[in-house]
Amino acid sequence: MEVFLQQLINGISLGSIYALIALGYTMVYGIVQLINFAHGDVYMVGAYLGFFATAILGWSFLPALLMSMVVCAILGMVIEKLAYTPLRNAPRIAALITAIGVSLFLEYGMMLLVSPQVRTFPQVLTEVQYKFFGVVITNRQVIILVVTVALMLLLQYIVHKTMIGKAMRAVSHDKQAAQLMGINVNNTISATFAIGSALAAAAGVLVGIYYNAINPLMGIMPGLKAFVAAVLGGIGIIPGAMTGGFLLGIVEAMVSGYGKSLYRDPVAFVILIIILIVKPTGLFGKNVREKV
Amino acid sequence: MMSMFERKIKKQIGILLILAAFWGVIDFMIKGGIINPYYELNLILIGINIILAVSLNLINGFNGQFSIGHAGFMAVGAYGAAMITLKAHLPFAIALLFGALLAGICGILVGLPTLRLRGDYLAIATLGFGEIIRGLIVNIDYIGGAYGLSGIPKLANWTWIFWLTVLTVLVISNFVNSTHGRATISIRENEIAAEAMGINTTKYKVMAFTIGSLFAGLAGGLHAHYFYTIQPNTFNFLKSFDILVMVVLGGQGSITGSIIAAIALTILSASLQKLAALRLVIYALLLIVVMLFRPQGLMGTKEFSFSMFSKKSKDKEGKQHGTAIGQ
Repeated sequence: MEVFLQQLINGISLGSIYALIALGYTMVYGIVQLINFAHGDVYMVGAYLGFFATAILGWSFLPALLMSMVVCAILGMVIEKLAYTPLRNAPRIAALITAIGVSLFLEYGMMLLVSPQVRTFPQVLTEVQYKFFGVVITNRQVIILVVTVALMLLLQYIVHKTMIGKAMRAVSHDKQAAQLMGINVNNTISATFAIGSALAAAAGVLVGIYYNAINPLMGIMPGLKAFVAAVLGGIGIIPGAMTGGFLLGIVEAMVSGYGKSLYRDPVAFVILIIILIVKPTGLFGKNVREKV
Repeated sequence: MMSMFERKIKKQIGILLILAAFWGVIDFMIKGGIINPYYELNLILIGINIILAVSLNLINGFNGQFSIGHAGFMAVGAYGAAMITLKAHLPFAIALLFGALLAGICGILVGLPTLRLRGDYLAIATLGFGEIIRGLIVNIDYIGGAYGLSGIPKLANWTWIFWLTVLTVLVISNFVNSTHGRATISIRENEIAAEAMGINTTKYKVMAFTIGSLFAGLAGGLHAHYFYTIQPNTFNFLKSFDILVMVVLGGQGSITGSIIAAIALTILSASLQKLAALRLVIYALLLIVVMLFRPQGLMGTKEFSFSMFSKKSKDKEGKQHGTAIGQ
């Protein structure tokens, strides 16, 4: 029981990270139907920016987090403008391949820039452990959860209560109709990329303070798994990505906790396949009839 | 009618003779030491990459299904074939056949459930399967686990690889030009229309997927028996992308395009080897630029042939291949 509770706590921390990355995937897919493979690498860039701010500039946690989010938001918009906008009317596969290209470019460009070695994050927050019923919770885990939930609430507010959020929902529903209603589709898509990338950057900084180690290829696996999380919850659906992320994190922590840590990666993909076969629209998805 | 058939036979014998001459010259140069081991290695890699690219092109280009887990099937073939020579001590040909068949069977098992999915979902499912296969290999100690298998006898050589590459191209191009191949292409053009015309779309999708996986397994077997060692990480996500890039760059639906792209990218990759990380940055930029300016790839769905150069036969070809509509 203790193992279960402990892994549940660990899983929620890991799941927060997945959920934050998954949100960006889901929002971008919802609006332009593109699997943005470079998203996992934006998360990596976010982690490096956090490292730069804390280790080299000596900033504290919150300013570092904000700076990383802002810079990555700009990065996300630049990627969208340079690589994806010209291909908006091209075959979907062309855009997907471009996304893979951007992903490789970010990974190996970063490797050239900062060398492939693993960097150790400075101890921005001194670790404090709390014990409840034999279960250890660290202050870092609490901070991850608090930041994640705060960002999710902020996102819900933006999507449901602001003009830009309304525009985003309209564009994802029907791009052409939205354009006819006077919505600037290009700006809305840019805003979606900016918000998604900022969330990924936050996940990157949080991972940095949680696991302490970052490297230029760290985005590949979490990126893929966050995508699994997005599909699990129903791609294009924001609450789905949150739930999917937490679920996946908990499942993974359970698998590692019960001594099968080498099966951690395959399990995530087995979940993906099962979801795709049984209910491809995801847990929160609705069936849409295909028109001929 | 008869004369056309005779002409076709003559043409094919001619091609075969040219290929045999090419093989003989290279073989002589390798044995005579004119081609050093480094260039030989790259020739071998080109052959393996052509098999991989052409077989993936059957799935992605001709059938219009988007698979990004091709390296997984290559892994199955590599491990399957290596087990036969290492543990069962059977001849190389049997090992290759076993590896290819095992990969083909995996192709059926993966294809049957996932080919109901479309577009992006299928892409992700194949990617997932590729990762699952790799994950399973890492967890089976009998076949070396995460450290991989080593000490595989070096049985593959230029002769094996050259003729198996020729065989692959021949089988796949003949398949594409057969009745079954036409049905396969019709699914790419419009799946719903194909179904309405009475084509069993599931059957042809699984068929194309299985044939593609089978040849990926063959390439895996050759890879294992040329490089002595295989590790699960050789067959990761990045390897699948490498193959995908060849197919997309060459043109989805063009066998000659895949061959040209496989040769070009293998040479590019070899010549950039010294630059390490910069190599992949250049690779990535190339990929982005090609997609931005030529999303249909180098050849589109056209095939390279020498008759392309004479206008008269070009017109005739155009009429014959009325089915190859650009996407």
